[in-house]
Amino acid sequence: MGAVNTTSLPAGNTRNLHRFANPGQFLRLSGKILPPIAAISIILASVGLIWGLFFAPSDWQQHDAVRIMYVHVPAAWLASFGYFSLALASASSLIWRHPLADLAAVEIAPVGAAFTAICLVTGSLWGKPMWGAWWVWDARMTSVLVLFFLYLGHIALVRAFDDPQRGYRAGAILALVGVVNLPIIKFSVEWWNTLHQPASITLTGAPTMAPSMLWPLALAALGGSFGFSALVLARLRAAVMERRIRALTLAQIRTGA
Amino acid sequence: MTHLPYIAASYGLTLAVVLWLGIGAWQRTSRARVKLAQIDPRGDVR
Repeated sequence: MGAVNTTSLPAGNTRNLHRFANPGQFLRLSGKILPPIAAISIILASVGLIWGLFFAPSDWQQHDAVRIMYVHVPAAWLASFGYFSLALASASSLIWRHPLADLAAVEIAPVGAAFTAICLVTGSLWGKPMWGAWWVWDARMTSVLVLFFLYLGHIALVRAFDDPQRGYRAGAILALVGVVNLPIIKFSVEWWNTLHQPASITLTGAPTMAPSMLWPLALAALGGSFGFSALVLARLRAAVMERRIRALTLAQIRTGA
Repeated sequence: MTHLPYIAASYGLTLAVVLWLGIGAWQRTSRARVKLAQIDPRGDVR
Protein backbone atom coordinates (compact mmCIF):
# COMPACT_ATOMS: atom_id res chain seq x y z
CA MET A 1 0.00 0.00 0.00
CA GLY A 2 2.73 2.42 0.98
CA ALA A 3 4.91 1.77 -2.08
CA VAL A 4 4.99 4.43 -4.74
CA ASN A 5 3.84 3.23 -8.15
CA THR A 6 6.79 4.49 -10.18
CA THR A 7 5.37 3.20 -13.45
CA SER A 8 2.65 5.85 -13.32
CA LEU A 9 5.13 8.69 -12.93
CA PRO A 10 5.90 10.64 -16.09
CA ALA A 11 9.40 9.99 -17.46
CA GLY A 12 12.18 12.17 -18.85
CA ASN A 13 11.12 15.46 -20.35
CA THR A 14 7.52 14.83 -19.36
CA ARG A 15 8.55 14.80 -15.71
CA ASN A 16 10.30 18.14 -16.23
CA LEU A 17 7.17 19.53 -17.84
CA HIS A 18 5.00 18.31 -14.99
CA ARG A 19 7.24 20.16 -12.49
CA PHE A 20 5.62 23.39 -13.73
CA ALA A 21 2.14 21.95 -13.34
CA ASN A 22 2.24 22.92 -9.67
CA PRO A 23 0.20 26.17 -9.66
CA GLY A 24 2.30 27.83 -6.96
CA GLN A 25 5.55 27.00 -8.75
CA PHE A 26 4.15 28.16 -12.10
CA LEU A 27 2.93 31.45 -10.62
CA ARG A 28 6.28 32.14 -8.93
CA LEU A 29 8.33 31.34 -12.05
CA SER A 30 6.02 33.15 -14.49
CA GLY A 31 5.88 36.16 -12.14
CA LYS A 32 9.67 36.45 -12.44
CA ILE A 33 9.96 36.05 -16.23
CA LEU A 34 6.88 38.01 -17.29
CA PRO A 35 8.20 41.58 -16.61
CA PRO A 36 11.46 41.12 -18.62
CA ILE A 37 9.59 39.45 -21.50
CA ALA A 38 7.08 42.32 -21.59
CA ALA A 39 9.88 44.93 -21.41
CA ILE A 40 11.86 43.29 -24.25
CA SER A 41 8.69 43.11 -26.31
CA ILE A 42 7.88 46.81 -25.84
CA ILE A 43 11.45 47.91 -26.65
CA LEU A 44 11.88 45.72 -29.76
CA ALA A 45 8.40 46.38 -31.17
CA SER A 46 8.65 50.14 -30.55
CA VAL A 47 12.07 50.39 -32.26
CA GLY A 48 10.91 48.21 -35.19
CA LEU A 49 7.62 50.05 -35.74
CA ILE A 50 9.05 53.59 -35.35
CA TRP A 51 11.91 52.66 -37.68
CA GLY A 52 9.50 51.19 -40.22
CA LEU A 53 7.03 54.07 -39.98
CA PHE A 54 9.42 57.04 -40.10
CA PHE A 55 12.93 55.98 -41.16
CA ALA A 56 12.72 52.97 -43.51
CA PRO A 57 12.64 53.89 -47.21
CA SER A 58 9.37 53.92 -49.11
CA ASP A 59 8.84 51.52 -52.01
CA TRP A 60 9.32 52.78 -55.58
CA GLN A 61 5.97 51.29 -56.65
CA GLN A 62 3.88 51.20 -53.45
CA HIS A 63 5.28 54.44 -52.00
CA ASP A 64 4.49 54.80 -48.27
CA ALA A 65 1.76 52.14 -48.29
CA VAL A 66 4.59 49.62 -47.91
CA ARG A 67 4.88 50.77 -44.27
CA ILE A 68 1.75 48.72 -43.51
CA MET A 69 4.05 45.71 -43.97
CA TYR A 70 5.66 46.36 -40.55
CA VAL A 71 2.39 45.58 -38.76
CA HIS A 72 0.82 43.21 -41.30
CA VAL A 73 3.69 40.71 -41.68
CA PRO A 74 4.40 40.31 -37.91
CA ALA A 75 0.64 39.85 -37.33
CA ALA A 76 0.54 37.18 -40.06
CA TRP A 77 3.54 35.40 -38.54
CA LEU A 78 1.96 35.53 -35.06
CA ALA A 79 -1.37 34.23 -36.38
CA SER A 80 0.37 31.05 -37.60
CA PHE A 81 2.79 30.87 -34.64
CA GLY A 82 -0.17 31.21 -32.25
CA TYR A 83 -2.04 28.37 -33.91
CA PHE A 84 1.06 26.18 -33.82
CA SER A 85 1.35 26.93 -30.07
CA LEU A 86 -2.34 26.11 -29.64
CA ALA A 87 -1.79 22.77 -31.38
CA LEU A 88 1.27 22.03 -29.19
CA ALA A 89 -0.70 22.79 -26.03
CA SER A 90 -3.53 20.59 -27.31
CA ALA A 91 -1.14 17.72 -28.05
CA SER A 92 0.38 18.10 -24.55
CA SER A 93 -3.11 17.91 -23.12
CA LEU A 94 -4.19 14.84 -25.10
CA ILE A 95 -0.91 12.87 -24.93
CA TRP A 96 0.65 13.79 -21.56
CA ARG A 97 -2.43 15.22 -19.82
CA HIS A 98 -0.37 18.17 -18.64
CA PRO A 99 -2.64 20.07 -16.25
CA LEU A 100 -1.67 23.52 -17.56
CA ALA A 101 -1.93 22.58 -21.24
CA ASP A 102 -5.73 22.90 -21.34
CA LEU A 103 -5.61 26.33 -19.71
CA ALA A 104 -2.78 27.38 -22.05
CA ALA A 105 -4.83 26.37 -25.10
CA VAL A 106 -7.85 28.31 -23.81
CA GLU A 107 -5.70 31.43 -23.28
CA ILE A 108 -3.73 31.19 -26.55
CA ALA A 109 -6.84 31.07 -28.76
CA PRO A 110 -8.22 34.62 -28.14
CA VAL A 111 -4.74 36.18 -28.50
CA GLY A 112 -4.15 34.25 -31.73
CA ALA A 113 -7.59 35.23 -33.02
CA ALA A 114 -6.85 38.91 -32.26
CA PHE A 115 -3.57 38.82 -34.22
CA THR A 116 -5.27 36.99 -37.10
CA ALA A 117 -7.93 39.72 -37.16
CA ILE A 118 -5.15 42.37 -37.21
CA CYS A 119 -3.52 40.51 -40.11
CA LEU A 120 -6.79 40.37 -42.09
CA VAL A 121 -7.78 44.00 -41.47
CA THR A 122 -4.31 45.48 -42.12
CA GLY A 123 -4.10 43.30 -45.24
CA SER A 124 -7.39 44.77 -46.37
CA LEU A 125 -6.13 48.30 -45.63
CA TRP A 126 -3.02 47.54 -47.68
CA GLY A 127 -4.96 45.85 -50.48
CA LYS A 128 -7.41 48.70 -51.13
CA PRO A 129 -4.84 51.27 -52.33
CA MET A 130 -2.58 48.67 -54.02
CA TRP A 131 -5.06 46.22 -55.61
CA GLY A 132 -8.11 48.46 -55.73
CA ALA A 133 -10.20 46.10 -53.56
CA TRP A 134 -10.73 45.62 -49.83
CA TRP A 135 -10.97 41.86 -50.28
CA VAL A 136 -10.36 39.23 -52.96
CA TRP A 137 -10.75 35.46 -52.63
CA ASP A 138 -7.02 34.99 -53.00
CA ALA A 139 -5.68 31.63 -51.70
CA ARG A 140 -3.52 33.25 -48.99
CA MET A 141 -6.32 35.50 -47.74
CA THR A 142 -8.91 32.73 -47.81
CA SER A 143 -6.66 30.31 -45.89
CA VAL A 144 -5.95 32.99 -43.24
CA LEU A 145 -9.70 33.63 -42.98
CA VAL A 146 -10.14 29.87 -42.38
CA LEU A 147 -7.48 30.15 -39.65
CA PHE A 148 -9.50 32.96 -38.02
CA PHE A 149 -12.63 30.75 -38.07
CA LEU A 150 -10.62 27.87 -36.57
CA TYR A 151 -9.62 30.14 -33.68
CA LEU A 152 -13.24 31.27 -33.21
CA GLY A 153 -14.41 27.64 -33.40
CA HIS A 154 -11.93 26.66 -30.70
CA ILE A 155 -13.03 29.55 -28.44
CA ALA A 156 -16.70 28.57 -28.85
CA LEU A 157 -16.17 24.82 -28.56
CA VAL A 158 -14.27 24.82 -25.24
CA ARG A 159 -17.11 26.85 -23.71
CA ALA A 160 -19.93 24.74 -25.19
CA PHE A 161 -19.89 21.94 -22.60
CA ASP A 162 -21.07 21.86 -18.99
CA ASP A 163 -18.10 19.65 -18.16
CA PRO A 164 -14.95 21.76 -18.84
CA GLN A 165 -12.83 18.63 -19.44
CA ARG A 166 -15.05 17.60 -22.38
CA GLY A 167 -14.77 21.12 -23.78
CA TYR A 168 -10.97 21.07 -23.48
CA ARG A 169 -10.83 17.67 -25.21
CA ALA A 170 -13.11 18.74 -28.08
CA GLY A 171 -11.11 21.96 -28.50
CA ALA A 172 -7.83 20.04 -28.53
CA ILE A 173 -9.08 17.71 -31.29
CA LEU A 174 -10.26 20.70 -33.36
CA ALA A 175 -6.90 22.44 -32.85
CA LEU A 176 -4.97 19.38 -34.03
CA VAL A 177 -7.19 18.83 -37.07
CA GLY A 178 -6.84 22.52 -37.99
CA VAL A 179 -3.03 22.28 -38.12
CA VAL A 180 -3.43 21.10 -41.72
CA ASN A 181 -4.26 24.72 -42.58
CA LEU A 182 -0.78 25.99 -41.60
CA PRO A 183 1.14 24.49 -44.57
CA ILE A 184 -1.73 25.59 -46.82
CA ILE A 185 -1.22 29.19 -45.64
CA LYS A 186 2.56 28.94 -46.04
CA PHE A 187 2.60 27.37 -49.51
CA SER A 188 -0.61 28.91 -50.90
CA VAL A 189 1.46 31.50 -52.81
CA GLU A 190 3.38 28.70 -54.55
CA TRP A 191 0.53 26.21 -55.13
CA TRP A 192 -1.91 28.72 -56.62
CA ASN A 193 -1.77 31.94 -58.62
CA THR A 194 -2.40 34.59 -55.99
CA LEU A 195 -2.10 38.35 -55.65
CA HIS A 196 0.38 37.80 -52.82
CA GLN A 197 4.04 37.68 -53.74
CA PRO A 198 6.18 34.61 -52.85
CA ALA A 199 8.07 34.67 -49.53
CA SER A 200 10.80 37.33 -49.33
CA ILE A 201 12.54 35.57 -46.42
CA THR A 202 13.35 31.84 -46.64
CA LEU A 203 15.51 29.44 -44.64
CA THR A 204 17.48 28.31 -47.68
CA GLY A 205 18.17 31.52 -49.61
CA ALA A 206 19.18 35.12 -49.06
CA PRO A 207 16.31 37.54 -48.37
CA THR A 208 14.99 39.35 -51.42
CA MET A 209 14.35 42.48 -49.36
CA ALA A 210 16.69 45.41 -48.78
CA PRO A 211 18.36 45.37 -45.31
CA SER A 212 16.95 48.86 -44.65
CA MET A 213 13.47 47.28 -44.72
CA LEU A 214 14.41 43.85 -43.38
CA TRP A 215 15.85 45.09 -40.06
CA PRO A 216 12.78 47.03 -38.85
CA LEU A 217 10.57 44.14 -40.01
CA ALA A 218 12.68 41.61 -38.07
CA LEU A 219 12.62 43.78 -34.93
CA ALA A 220 8.85 44.28 -35.15
CA ALA A 221 8.33 40.52 -35.65
CA LEU A 222 10.65 39.63 -32.75
CA GLY A 223 9.01 42.21 -30.49
CA GLY A 224 5.60 40.92 -31.51
CA SER A 225 6.64 37.35 -30.67
CA PHE A 226 7.79 38.39 -27.18
CA GLY A 227 4.56 40.38 -26.82
CA PHE A 228 2.44 37.40 -27.81
CA SER A 229 4.27 35.24 -25.24
CA ALA A 230 3.85 37.91 -22.53
CA LEU A 231 0.12 38.26 -23.23
CA VAL A 232 -0.45 34.49 -23.11
CA LEU A 233 1.65 34.15 -19.95
CA ALA A 234 -0.27 36.97 -18.21
CA ARG A 235 -3.62 35.46 -19.20
CA LEU A 236 -2.44 32.00 -18.10
CA ARG A 237 -1.41 33.38 -14.69
CA ALA A 238 -4.88 34.87 -14.29
CA ALA A 239 -6.52 31.59 -15.37
CA VAL A 240 -4.46 29.56 -12.86
CA MET A 241 -5.46 31.94 -10.05
CA GLU A 242 -9.13 31.85 -11.12
CA ARG A 243 -9.07 28.04 -11.11
CA ARG A 244 -7.57 28.09 -7.62
CA ILE A 245 -10.26 30.55 -6.47
CA ARG A 246 -13.01 28.26 -7.84
CA ALA A 247 -11.49 25.20 -6.14
CA LEU A 248 -11.11 26.97 -2.79
CA THR A 249 -14.63 28.45 -2.97
CA LEU A 250 -16.10 25.01 -3.72
CA ALA A 251 -14.12 23.49 -0.85
CA GLN A 252 -15.42 26.20 1.51
CA ILE A 253 -19.03 25.57 0.38
CA ARG A 254 -18.65 21.82 0.87
CA THR A 255 -17.22 22.17 4.38
CA GLY A 256 -19.85 24.82 5.20
CA ALA A 257 -17.19 27.37 6.11
CA MET B 1 3.49 60.63 -46.58
CA THR B 2 1.27 58.94 -49.19
CA HIS B 3 -1.68 56.69 -48.26
CA LEU B 4 -1.70 58.20 -44.76
CA PRO B 5 -5.28 57.18 -43.78
CA TYR B 6 -4.54 53.52 -44.56
CA ILE B 7 -1.22 53.58 -42.71
CA ALA B 8 -2.70 55.41 -39.68
CA ALA B 9 -5.63 52.99 -39.52
CA SER B 10 -3.29 49.96 -39.66
CA TYR B 11 -0.97 51.18 -36.90
CA GLY B 12 -3.85 52.57 -34.81
CA LEU B 13 -5.83 49.34 -34.96
CA THR B 14 -2.78 47.22 -34.08
CA LEU B 15 -1.89 49.44 -31.12
CA ALA B 16 -5.51 49.50 -29.90
CA VAL B 17 -5.91 45.71 -30.02
CA VAL B 18 -2.56 45.05 -28.30
CA LEU B 19 -3.35 47.62 -25.57
CA TRP B 20 -6.83 46.13 -25.11
CA LEU B 21 -5.34 42.63 -24.70
CA GLY B 22 -2.57 43.84 -22.38
CA ILE B 23 -4.77 45.98 -20.12
CA GLY B 24 -7.40 43.21 -20.04
CA ALA B 25 -4.82 40.62 -18.94
CA TRP B 26 -3.40 42.98 -16.31
CA GLN B 27 -6.86 43.80 -14.88
CA ARG B 28 -7.85 40.14 -14.84
CA THR B 29 -4.65 39.18 -12.99
CA SER B 30 -5.10 42.00 -10.46
CA ARG B 31 -8.72 41.01 -9.76
CA ALA B 32 -7.78 37.34 -9.35
CA ARG B 33 -4.83 38.20 -7.06
CA VAL B 34 -7.02 40.32 -4.76
CA LYS B 35 -9.75 37.67 -4.60
CA LEU B 36 -7.26 34.88 -4.01
CA ALA B 37 -5.62 36.86 -1.20
CA GLN B 38 -9.06 37.21 0.46
CA ILE B 39 -9.83 33.48 0.21
CA ASP B 40 -6.34 32.10 0.81
CA PRO B 41 -4.16 34.66 2.63
CA ARG B 42 -1.28 32.12 2.84
CA GLY B 43 -1.00 31.86 -0.93
CA ASP B 44 1.79 34.03 -2.35
CA VAL B 45 1.04 34.58 -6.02
CA ARG B 46 3.48 37.36 -6.86
